This record gives sequence, C-alpha cells and structure tokens, in this order.
Amino acid sequence: MLKDITLGQYFPGDTVVHRLDPRTKLVLTLVYIAALFMVGSWGGYALVFAALASVAAVAHIRPRALLKGLKPLVFIIVFTAVLNLFFTGGDDILFQWRSIHVTWSGLKRAVSMVLRILLLVSGTFMLTYTTSPLAITDGLEKLLSPLKKLHVPVYELSLMMCIALRFIPTLIEETDRIMSAQKARGADLETGTLPERAKALLPLLIPLFISSFRRADELALAMECRCYNGGEGRTRMKQLRMAWQDGVAFALGAALVAGILLLRRLGI
Amino acid sequence: MSLIELRDLTHIYSQGTPFEKVAIDSLSLSIEAGQTVGLIGHTGSGKSTLISHLNALLKPSSGTVLLDGEDIFASKAAIRAARFRVGVVFQYPEYQLFEETVFADIAYGPKNLKLDNAEIDRRVREAAAFVGLDAGQFDRSPLELSGGQKRRAAIAGVLAMEPDVLVLDEPTAGLDPAGREDLLGRLFRWREVRGATIILVTHDMSIANRCDRLVVMSEGKIVLDGTPEAVFAHGEQLVSIGLDLPAAAHIAKLLRDQGLDLPAGIYTLDRLAEAILALRGKGASPC
Repeated sequence: MLKDITLGQYFPGDTVVHRLDPRTKLVLTLVYIAALFMVGSWGGYALVFAALASVAAVAHIRPRALLKGLKPLVFIIVFTAVLNLFFTGGDDILFQWRSIHVTWSGLKRAVSMVLRILLLVSGTFMLTYTTSPLAITDGLEKLLSPLKKLHVPVYELSLMMCIALRFIPTLIEETDRIMSAQKARGADLETGTLPERAKALLPLLIPLFISSFRRADELALAMECRCYNGGEGRTRMKQLRMAWQDGVAFALGAALVAGILLLRRLGI
Repeated sequence: MSLIELRDLTHIYSQGTPFEKVAIDSLSLSIEAGQTVGLIGHTGSGKSTLISHLNALLKPSSGTVLLDGEDIFASKAAIRAARFRVGVVFQYPEYQLFEETVFADIAYGPKNLKLDNAEIDRRVREAAAFVGLDAGQFDRSPLELSGGQKRRAAIAGVLAMEPDVLVLDEPTAGLDPAGREDLLGRLFRWREVRGATIILVTHDMSIANRCDRLVVMSEGKIVLDGTPEAVFAHGEQLVSIGLDLPAAAHIAKLLRDQGLDLPAGIYTLDRLAEAILALRGKGASPC
C-alpha cells in the first residue's frame, strides 16, 4: 500500500527535542554536519555517535526506525566503502592478490567514510523525525527572511513549499484511490513489457492530473475568498519563540564542536 | 455454500509503526448469492477497508476471503479472477474517468477482460442503457458530462464487466434526491435482470431500508446483522454508534412521544402512512 510510505518521515511526539524551535533544530543540524566534517580522529566519531544516540534516546526514536531510514542508502554506502578500500594508495599494504591490493590506510579511510555517511544521514533524520514539515518550512522562512532585502521571494517560496508538502498526503491518497478503482476494472499495473506498463499508467496519470488542476483551482479560489493577497504584512497564528531549552541546545551543540576539535588536537 | 465468505478477517494499517491502526478486527461474514446487502456504519468503522478485500485489492493481515469456497488470494490468477467476478464501484467514481470518449471509458474494463470487439460493444451499450446514458453521449469526452452523468458513466464502466457481485461504496453521495432514487432504481433493476448480488455501503438509512439484509459495522466489527426491521429495532444501539434511524422511524417516535398509539416496527414512510390511517379508522382522530 502506498499509505505505508513515510514521507517527510515525521514521527509525532512530545519530547524536548520535538518541542525545540525549528530554527534551533535547523541551525544545529547544520552545525552537526559541519562538526562531522571536522572530525579528525576515532574518538571524534565516538563523540558524534554518543551525541546522536543521546538525541535519539531523548526524542524516543527507536534504532529500528533509524535503520529503516538508512536502508535506501545501502548501495551508496557499499559503493563508497569498496571505492575507498581498493583505490587508496599507500605502501602499508595489508593484503594483495594479483593487481588488487588493500592498504591499511585504505581500510581506515573506507571505515571513516562509511561512518561519516551513516552519521550524517542519521543526524538529519533527527531533524525530520522530530519536526513536522510545516514547522521546518516556518523555520526556514524565518531563517531566510534577511534575504528579502535582496529581493529573494522568501515568503512565496515558503508558501509553495508549504502547499506542496500539504498536498503530498492528499496526492498519495488520491493515487491510491484511483489505482484501486482502475485495478477494480482489471487494470494490470504489475506485469507486461516496459512500453505496456508505461501505457498501463495512463488510466492512473490522467485522472491524477485532472484532479490536481481542479484542486489547484479550488485552493486558489478559497484563498482569494479569504482575501489572500500575498505575504506582505501577514501575521501568523503560530509564532516561533525561542525558549531556554533552545539556549541549552545551542550550548550542547557548541560543546560538541569544541569536543571534536579537542579530540582532533589530542589525536584520540 | 455461500457466495462470499470472510473468515476471521483482520486488517491492520501501517503495522509495526506508531501509526498502526486496526481497521478490521477478526470479522466473519457470509453473503448468499442474489441478496442485496447493505453495509452500514459510521465513518472509520472499516466499511471501505472491508470492501477492498472482496476483490483482492487489500490483502488481509490475517484471515481468509472465500469466493465460491475458494481462497481469492490463492494465486495471481485467482486474484485476477476475483477482480472480474466482484465489481467494485468506489466512492465518487467519476474521478476515475480518463479515456477520450465515454464509450472508450466504459469499454476499459471489458477490454481488460480481453473480449472481442462485438462483445465489448454489446456490453458497453447494455451497461449504458442500465444506468440511463443514451448512445448520443458515447462520443463526448467524459469530462464534458454533468456530475450526475459522470457518475453514471463510471458505474457503467463496472457494470460492463458483468460481475456476479456488485459492490458500491456510497453510490448516491452528492446526488440530489431525484437523481438518487433514479440511480438506485436502476441498480436494483440491474440486479434483478442479471440475478446478481449487490453489496451497498451507505450511511443513508432510507437506502439501507431497501436492502434484504443489513450488516452494521462499528470499530472494525459487525455489531448487528439481519433484516432491516430486525436491525432498526435496535434503534438506541444504532444511535449510540453514531448512526441515524430512517426518517419514518424518527417521525413515528416523535408522534408516539406526543401520545399517538402507533405500533412498533415502522421504518418506511408507506408503513407510517398506513399506521396513521389505521388510527384514524379507529376514530382516534390524529389530526
């Protein structure tokens, strides 16, 4: 069933991490990514992992949910590992067979690259698992608002993103419904040659397009009926406010960066 | 042997995630050939999930669906056979129209059955006649039709597959009373002519009234099952799970509260009129 797709992958909850201001989470995610690239020692990876694990624990994110999210990346991870393992030069050869050779530094590099990808993606999951797409959009809009001075249409961009996100579940539902209806009329979407299958998609795509246009029209009308006329001077129902928890979160983020730099200095 | 038999059917959405929801909870039901069965229940009671199992669109989390005693999930061929024997018309079916002409759209199902052109032509014409679409509309784009005509064309698309069982999910939703009566009459006539079975999902009690048998669902389970009279006799239970009584039963209750001596078991307007006239005959002038 299409319904099982976790888009945006938001898991509602009521933990400290969920309640943090989305701006805090966005900035800290960036800090986390930067920190990850500053890591220069195994101890650094351990520290990042510990930070990640504690955020996950506080936010009640089960390891299984994280692993499920990482599944689509298996190919990239394996590819990176193989590439680094076999194609890193050096004289500290660990293993050699004909023209294939694996060096000690290659092994180290492969492991550290894989760790980096895993930690990077899991780290961004902390943002998307605990923040609703709408909150992320709100936060982004606020963070980007200085760009308005440069005539970047920040408000329009965030409205577009907001509408797009809002309609993803509706669209999935609609697809599901039309798919069921056409299957009930004997549509065969699973078998056949490629051109046959592409043709079999038409009964699905045409009604979807029609209803998307209809919906866009209705939405525009509904917005105009409520006197919508652009972003200028609009206030919002949900005001974003920083609280003391956000301060603590920033302090912890700074501590993480400091810790990584220290470990790098010490070479642990 | 029953035509359709559900044994211990359970369906759980998003199993193993925080969004897990039990839509159908170990439900058993058998339906005999030739019946018109009304499936009623509040929004979210599992009606729509249930009907998606009847033509193998949804696979049960546990339990079996038997059609003529055979498991419809036994093989790919069995699934496909069930799709054609059990025709399902979903809610607002007009949104599934996609072909360039009305004729081609109605012919989509029969074409998937790999019938020859003469047979397809016969079925399309017959189905269109059943729902009351005249042949003059065949060459128009389905998008140019009015709302009611679109609905008819979409239903004809399923009728043209000549299923043994026709399942309709709120077929009259959004139609005006005259359109509703007309469409229902045509569906019932189709059932008589074809000797088919109809399963009608509705929460309109005046429609439920006209079925041979009513199955009432609440929270994924069957709570009442029987003739409309037997089911409506449990008026309070129906109200407690968020359903209405037929208008006639409601009026009869109000009249009884006013002190009129009306007998129990009035669920149709005809019955109500008779009962009131009978009172009048007795001399206890109600007016």
